[in-house]
Amino acid sequence: MEYGLDRKSNSLKTFNTVFIIIWLLIACFPFIWTFWGSFKVRADFFSRTDWWYAISAFNTLIETGGKFTIDAYSQAWIEGEFWKASRNTIIVTVFVVSISLFLGTLGAYALSRSSEKYAFWILIAALIFRAMPHITLVSGYLFPFFQLQIWGILPTTIVVLIAINQPFTLWLLYSFFKTVPKELDESALIDGCSYFQAFRHIIMPVMWPGVITAGLFSLMLAYNDFTVTALLLNQENHTMVPKIQSYLGTNQHQGNLMWAVSAVVSATAPLFMLVMFFQRQVISGLTAGAVKG
Amino acid sequence: MPNKTFFWFFLPTGLAMILFIGLPIISTGVQSLYSKHDQIVKEVKKCDPFGCTVSIQVDQEETSKLREEKPLGKFNGFGTYIDRNHLAIDEISKFWNETDSFDEFTDQVSNLPFYKALIFTLTYCLFVTPNVLLLGFLIALSLNAVARRIRGPLIFGTILPMIVTPLVGSLVLFWMIDSQGIIGANLQNLMNDPYLSLKSSKTLTWITIIIYGIWHHSPFAFVVFYAALQTVPQEPIEAAIIDGASRFQRIRHIVLPHIYPVVTFVALISLMDNFRVFEPIIGFSAEGSAQSLSWLIYDNLVNEEVILFGSAAATSMMTIVGIAILLAPVLIRTWREFRTVR
Repeated sequence: MEYGLDRKSNSLKTFNTVFIIIWLLIACFPFIWTFWGSFKVRADFFSRTDWWYAISAFNTLIETGGKFTIDAYSQAWIEGEFWKASRNTIIVTVFVVSISLFLGTLGAYALSRSSEKYAFWILIAALIFRAMPHITLVSGYLFPFFQLQIWGILPTTIVVLIAINQPFTLWLLYSFFKTVPKELDESALIDGCSYFQAFRHIIMPVMWPGVITAGLFSLMLAYNDFTVTALLLNQENHTMVPKIQSYLGTNQHQGNLMWAVSAVVSATAPLFMLVMFFQRQVISGLTAGAVKG
Repeated sequence: MPNKTFFWFFLPTGLAMILFIGLPIISTGVQSLYSKHDQIVKEVKKCDPFGCTVSIQVDQEETSKLREEKPLGKFNGFGTYIDRNHLAIDEISKFWNETDSFDEFTDQVSNLPFYKALIFTLTYCLFVTPNVLLLGFLIALSLNAVARRIRGPLIFGTILPMIVTPLVGSLVLFWMIDSQGIIGANLQNLMNDPYLSLKSSKTLTWITIIIYGIWHHSPFAFVVFYAALQTVPQEPIEAAIIDGASRFQRIRHIVLPHIYPVVTFVALISLMDNFRVFEPIIGFSAEGSAQSLSWLIYDNLVNEEVILFGSAAATSMMTIVGIAILLAPVLIRTWREFRTVR
C-alpha cells in the first residue's frame, strides 16, 4: 500500500523488514542448508559430536581430502539407480502433462460455453473429486489392478495421474476460458464454422497463457506425487519421490541417508528453476479460482 | 453449446474422471464390505505306536484355492467398520461399563487405532488451518508494503516451501530438527539435555509436524491473500486515513471485509488438504507417536504379509465421510445460491 497519504513510521518500517527477513530465513534456509550439506559426508552433515562439522567439513576432509565431495551424488545416481527414477519421472511427467492438458482444454472449453444446468453440476462434482484424498482412491485401485494384472507399470500410473489431475485442470481452464470473450467464437460460428473448427482456429491461438499455467500445475502434481507412485509402481519403475523414501530405509540408521540428501537436492533443483521462470503463471493460477470468485 | 457437441467435447475428460475417480470410490465401498478369508482347517489323525492323536492343521491347498476363486474375500457386511481397528463399538461399550471416570474412558478410547488417528488428524487441522491463515495474511501485508522492484525475488523465496512435495519438505526440516541436525543439536546444548530428541516425546513430535504444516501451507494462503490485496480499492482507505483511522482499524474495517470471500476459500482448501495429512508422518518417521487417517490406510496397503484391502477400504470410506462433512456447508450454500439464481 504505497500512497501519498499513508506515511509509515520508521519503527513500523523496521519491524516490517525484520519480519520479512525472519520469514524468508524460515522459508529458504532449510533448502540452502540441505544443498550445502549434500556436498559433505554423512559424519559431518549428521554429526553425533558437533553440528559445526557440517560447516567446517572436519570428516569430509579426512575421508575425501577436500572440503566438498560429490560422492553422495555419484553413488545415489549410479549405485542407487537414481538415474532410472529420474528417467521414469520424466516419462510420467511428459505424458501426464500433455494428455491431461489435451483432455482438460476440450472439457473446460465446453463447460465455459455451455449455459445448461448440468455444466454447473459437473463443476461441483469436479470440486468434490478434487477433495478426495488420493490415498482413498488408491485403496480403490489396488485390488482391481492386481486382478487385471496392470499393477506396477508406468502406463497405469500415468492414466491414474491424468484422471486425478482433471478436476483442478478443469476448474483452472474453465475460469480462464470464461475470460476469453464469447463473441470471438460466436462470430466464427455465424460464419459457418463448426464448434471444433472454432476451437481449432479461434480459441487455440489465444489459449496459451491459460494452458501454460494449467500445464505447470499438472507438472507439479505429476512430478511431486508420492501416494500414487509409491503404491502403484513396482520397485523397478519407481519415480523420484518414492525412490527417495526407499533410500531412507525402515530405520534411519540403516538407510543410505546421504543418498537421500543428494537425491532430494537433485529432485528439487529442476522444480525451483522452473518456478523461477514461470513464477507469474504459478501465482496467477493459484489465485484464478479465488479472486475471480 | 448444443448438448451433442458438449458431449463430444467433454467425453474424454469425463470418462477419465468416471473411470478413475468415480469407480474407485465405488470399488472402495464394495471392498470395505468384504474381509479376507479365514484359513480352512482340517483334522489330521496321526497314529504312532503309542496311539492316535487328532491335531488341527491349516489346509494350505484349500485355503489358497478359495482365495483364488473369491479374491475379494468373504462377505462381512459392516463387520469391518465396527471391529477393533475401526469404530470399535464393542470395545467402547466395554470401556464405558468398566471405567470409573470419564477421563479414564477417553484415555482408553484414544488408544484405539482409529480414534487415535482421528484425534491426530483433527488436532492437526485445528492448529494448522488458523495459523496458516494468520501467517499467510501477515506475510501478504508486509510484502505488500515493500518496494515493488524487490518483490519478485521475495515472493519466489516465500513460495518455496509450497512447491516442494510434502515428503521432501518434511525430510528437509527433519534433517535439521533431528538430534544430529543443526537445530536439534543446538537445542540440546541450549536446554542442557543431551537426550532431548524429536522421537523422545509424543508432544514434541506433534508440535513439529504442526509447525511443518504451517510452514508448508502458509505460502499458499500468502499468494491468494497477496493477489486479493491488489484489488482492495484505494479511495475508502484514503478516506479512512483522513478521518484519522489507525493502521489496525483500516485493516480491520476495510481490508478484511473486502477480502473476506477469499479467506473462506483459503480456509476451505487448506482444511481439505490438512485433513489428508500423511507424507510428513513418513518424512519425520513419526509413525510411533502420530498417525493420521490417511496413514492408517497407507499402512494397511503396504502390509507385508497380506494387503488388508477390507480394512483400508473401511477407513477410506470413513475418511470420505469426514471430507463430506467438511464440504457440506459449502455445498449447501452453493445449492441455495443456485436455486435462488434460477
